[in-house]
Amino acid sequence: MNDMTPTREQRSAALEGMGCKRKRVEDIRFTQGKGNYVDDVKLPGMLHGDFVRSPHAHARVKKIDDTEALKVPGVLAVITAETLKTVNLAWMPTLAGDVQMVLADGKVLFQNQEVAFVVATDRYAADDGINKVVVEYEQLTPLIDPFKAMDADAPVLREDLAGKTSGAHGPRKHHNHIFEWTVGDKELTDAAFNKAEVTIKEMISYHRTHPSPLETCQCVCSFDKIKGELTIYGTFQAPHVIRTVVSLIAKLPEQKIHVIAPDIGGGFGNKVGAYPGYICAAVASIVTGKPVKWVEDRIENLTATSFARDYHMTTEIAATREGKVTGLRVHVLADHGAFDACADPSKWPAGFFNIVTGSYDFPTAHLSVDGIYTNKAPGGVAYRCSFRVTEAAYCIERAMDILAQKLDMDPAELRLKNFIKPEQFPYHSALGWEYDSGDYATAMKKAMESTKYAELRKEQAVKRAAFKRGETREIMGIGVSFFTEIVGAGPSKNCDILGIAMFDSCEIRMHPTGAGIARMGTKSQGQGHETTWAQIIATEIGIPADNIMVEEGNTDTAPYGLGTYGSRSTPVAGAAIAMAARKIKAKAQMIAAYKLEVHEDDLEFDIDGFRVKGLPEKFMSMKDICWVAYNSVPPGMEPGLEAVSYYDPPNMTYPFGAYICVMDIDVDTGVYKVRRFHALDDCGTRINPMIIEGQVHGGLTEAFAIAMGQEIRYDAEGNVVTGSFMDFFMPTAVETPHWETDFTVTPSPHHPIGAKGVGESPNVGGVPAFSNAVNDAFSFLGSTHIQMPHDYWRNWKAAKELGAVA
Amino acid sequence: MIPGPFNYHRPASLADAVNLLATLGDEARPLAGGHSLVPMMKLRLATPEHLVDLHGIAGLKGIRRDGNRLVIGAMTTQHELLASDEVAKSVPILHEAALLIADPQVRYRGTIGGNVANGDPGNDMPALMMTLGASYRLEGKSGARDVAAAEFYQGAYFTALEPGELLTAVSIPVPPAGHGSAYEKLKRKVGDYATAAAAVVLTMSGGKVATCAIGLTNLAETPLLATDAANAVIGTSLDEASLKKAAAAAQAIMSPAADARGPVEYRKHVGGIMVMRALQRAARGN
Amino acid sequence: MAKTHITMKVNGTEVEGLVEPRTLLVHFIRENLQMTGTHIGCETTHCGACTVDIDGMSIKSCTMFAVQAEGSDVTTIEGMANADGSLSALQEGFRMMHGLQCGFCTPGMILRAHRLLKENPSPTEAEIRMGISGNICRCTGYQNIVKAIQYAAAKINGTQFQEAAE
Repeated sequence: MNDMTPTREQRSAALEGMGCKRKRVEDIRFTQGKGNYVDDVKLPGMLHGDFVRSPHAHARVKKIDDTEALKVPGVLAVITAETLKTVNLAWMPTLAGDVQMVLADGKVLFQNQEVAFVVATDRYAADDGINKVVVEYEQLTPLIDPFKAMDADAPVLREDLAGKTSGAHGPRKHHNHIFEWTVGDKELTDAAFNKAEVTIKEMISYHRTHPSPLETCQCVCSFDKIKGELTIYGTFQAPHVIRTVVSLIAKLPEQKIHVIAPDIGGGFGNKVGAYPGYICAAVASIVTGKPVKWVEDRIENLTATSFARDYHMTTEIAATREGKVTGLRVHVLADHGAFDACADPSKWPAGFFNIVTGSYDFPTAHLSVDGIYTNKAPGGVAYRCSFRVTEAAYCIERAMDILAQKLDMDPAELRLKNFIKPEQFPYHSALGWEYDSGDYATAMKKAMESTKYAELRKEQAVKRAAFKRGETREIMGIGVSFFTEIVGAGPSKNCDILGIAMFDSCEIRMHPTGAGIARMGTKSQGQGHETTWAQIIATEIGIPADNIMVEEGNTDTAPYGLGTYGSRSTPVAGAAIAMAARKIKAKAQMIAAYKLEVHEDDLEFDIDGFRVKGLPEKFMSMKDICWVAYNSVPPGMEPGLEAVSYYDPPNMTYPFGAYICVMDIDVDTGVYKVRRFHALDDCGTRINPMIIEGQVHGGLTEAFAIAMGQEIRYDAEGNVVTGSFMDFFMPTAVETPHWETDFTVTPSPHHPIGAKGVGESPNVGGVPAFSNAVNDAFSFLGSTHIQMPHDYWRNWKAAKELGAVA
Repeated sequence: MIPGPFNYHRPASLADAVNLLATLGDEARPLAGGHSLVPMMKLRLATPEHLVDLHGIAGLKGIRRDGNRLVIGAMTTQHELLASDEVAKSVPILHEAALLIADPQVRYRGTIGGNVANGDPGNDMPALMMTLGASYRLEGKSGARDVAAAEFYQGAYFTALEPGELLTAVSIPVPPAGHGSAYEKLKRKVGDYATAAAAVVLTMSGGKVATCAIGLTNLAETPLLATDAANAVIGTSLDEASLKKAAAAAQAIMSPAADARGPVEYRKHVGGIMVMRALQRAARGN
Repeated sequence: MAKTHITMKVNGTEVEGLVEPRTLLVHFIRENLQMTGTHIGCETTHCGACTVDIDGMSIKSCTMFAVQAEGSDVTTIEGMANADGSLSALQEGFRMMHGLQCGFCTPGMILRAHRLLKENPSPTEAEIRMGISGNICRCTGYQNIVKAIQYAAAKINGTQFQEAAE
């Protein structure tokens, strides 16, 4: 070899494959303002639609008068439920098996509900139009408190369900009841509690919040009357599902629907479901024969499209005096708002909340969830979360702290005592899941060492003593959280959406020059798929990532997939990518064997090509194989080099992590300062460490916001009091803490590349870490549980109730 | 979130602006930085038929020393206040407070005149102006007059401005050399209005408070001058008891609304704390 | 409503248009000029996605009328690359330091950082955080945006950029 021959390290580095901090492909266009988001789509003759919305939370709609609106220059049409009834679209099915009004049909059930859709030549005229539509309401008593929903005299919200004693998930107990879901062994669990040495019980609420991506939900619908085809550009996390749903509800042939999700400005679960805006824009386009754009504004986004959480979790743990947990019992009151529009896999009315046993070896557990209606916006989306995992992780991580306090035991020590041990994997949890892999104690101890946990506790003891002596007005909290996630929905045996199994897909086509294009059923909203997917392919087939173009979001060209949410892209599509790449590689091996005149079994893959075992000079690069695939394939072989894989995962993946937060709180004002936040994540094999770190930073920032103040709050009349970025806590760079990150690597044994997914871990683990820090700070004053969000005034209120403030 | 239609006017002189406002009457609104008015228009909570943009009037800008007063043109932006050495040197509390208003972009656009004139109890400058003993120059068809900041605010969004009148300048008596000042503002995040805020300007003599003025932001329908609270500390060395007395006196005149920032009780409580902290910091001289 | 004729300089080029007085500057840029790099995120002047540079100031273009920009010198993200089309120091910094994810806040963030560095060529981390506090990012947690701006500052100043240790 001469000096110019690249070394193995150089050849490997040139691929920029898995493990490389590859700079993002997307950034070239995004940093120059050349992204193509939905509102950037402009079609000839395009119209704009905008909603008239209800000012009331609960009211009968007596009359909608559009006379003056239709006189506004530029206003072309006002669509109401009556219009939609002519095409049978006044109501639409939800992913959760309920139905939802597209436009108010007889009554309104939440503030800012969609009442009429004004179509105009531009967005200014549309806005003028909505201000001229006169709606006459008769106000009804609103139902806001979920704990009063099933009172005998509670107002009837859903008149359309009158007489229906069962819904999509079984019997209904009350006119405002949606479902009851139970899991686990009740008898065994009750028995564990009956003989428990120690028990705790606490009602732990996870308040209503909202994903609020910086780009709101929007679409452009364009119906071609001649061809009978509907093209929809939209902010869709799951474009293929949208196509199928539109086909089913609009009765259009699926091949005549083209759904395109262009660049998406963040999703966080907000862009999974189908909203009235999409239906109205599509109907408006069919009616007018012109493209119609709908763009929601921020207030509409916060108040009408898809809240998250709103789970009220009465939690009990049974344990021994030594701190071994022996049983878990949880009842959840789930506030779904006016319609059950949760975006969970169809068979899971409370998502994967039965991961609530967390990282601990509970011999038995029982869970029941009651879903109820209130006069609030519908939704229940997985805000940076895999279907209620954040609620479950918050529930168990808070409860473990409460137990530790009762046992007068360090919360980290209690966790270490109860972790599922490495040798127990695959581990079957009491509520029915099979955890794939984990090494919890190693992760926990590493995080404790990094933060000098023992010293922090000593410092806290000194500070507490000083506080009691009146020398300081500041209290110190140390929040520990150890979460286990369940992501990668999911295996067809557990998971479907409207009957479609939750597989995902990849198609790779290699071109003659050693480049290629890969398409997936997923859709990036900032996760950097164009960068990381190419890295998987690069490592698998030995073609530089730069030579692989990744394309997602066009249902005409991409293979069918279920989309990107619930941290499912890497566990499911990531696997499909590896499997498709391996099909390419297998064919490439046959081609190389033919050209090198050896048997395939005599070849070994070596970074970027195949080599004859024992004859290092006999080598054929993948680049050359690509050419041969289009030039002189072996006799009997089809030319070309492409592959498709649809991957039905055998199991979920179970990422985990140990988070530690140190916080100081001024009891006089409730003002907190996050001194330190340390996040150790184990997401299995790491594809791009730079992107993983970025995801962790972002998820922690969302967790910080949620735990410390971000809520969708209603007053007693059902008015949203946090409906803009003034009041909906959206931290800036000034409030946001500095993040420390670390990792361990425990690959998933069943995933082709061992990767588990990471995007949501920081939100799942972060919220309990912050909340535990606040609760830990106050615990020495006698509190056991303070509800989130922990904004300044509530911290002060806690201090006051505990007698720390006059 | 689109404003309703309006006619746009951009007068080149104050006289033209005053004439326009007089002619157009109630349907006209002056437009300064626009960061209060434009969002209200986008929500259609304000639907003026005419906007009189004051950006074309060169004479409304600028900061100048006039004897022992600092005179600031109404269209001077927060950013310009922050860039002014004169402000930082002679009225440091103005610099401090300007930095706590909204965010950098808003400060490039937001003006001192807009901040003090629109009567929004959440704005920071009004209480500061009352504390400093500032006065406002109001000019209308019938001439000019000066109104003390302390006399200007009558209710939320209600001020001493007569229809057709414009606030053209703010005149601040420069506090004596060696004075101490502080603006303590509790807010949830950058860009938020105060949950509670207190402005203090004082002078010390022999370790005791010689003169003192205290202003309160967003703790009532109007900015407040907490005179009793200020009197409670004069002659004291700001010992704990005097501080508490001042806080209690200030709390006695607070009547904040409950909102997402917290209940009334909390806002009054932290209002008192802001008063004590501002007093202490003003006395420390940093 | 009668339309008004306006002219301004955008990214060095004289442009003109007919607008209603109520036309927001961001809509003039996005709709009339078809430059869609400037985004709309909140419409209540909180998020900063619509930030552009006007006559040496960072301005939220959703809270200014297009008629008010008459005669102004406006820079948008489309005017931020180097003259030869390569990425400017800030654009490069955002890419190298992973200062963006979904990209929606990025144009506003870069425009704001541009003016910040003009006024303060070597800002501290605290000054950067204050300096971009009118811009919301939902994806990055800001930490890498801070680094991106530090990277750009070092590159512009010709000094060595040292990535801060965790």
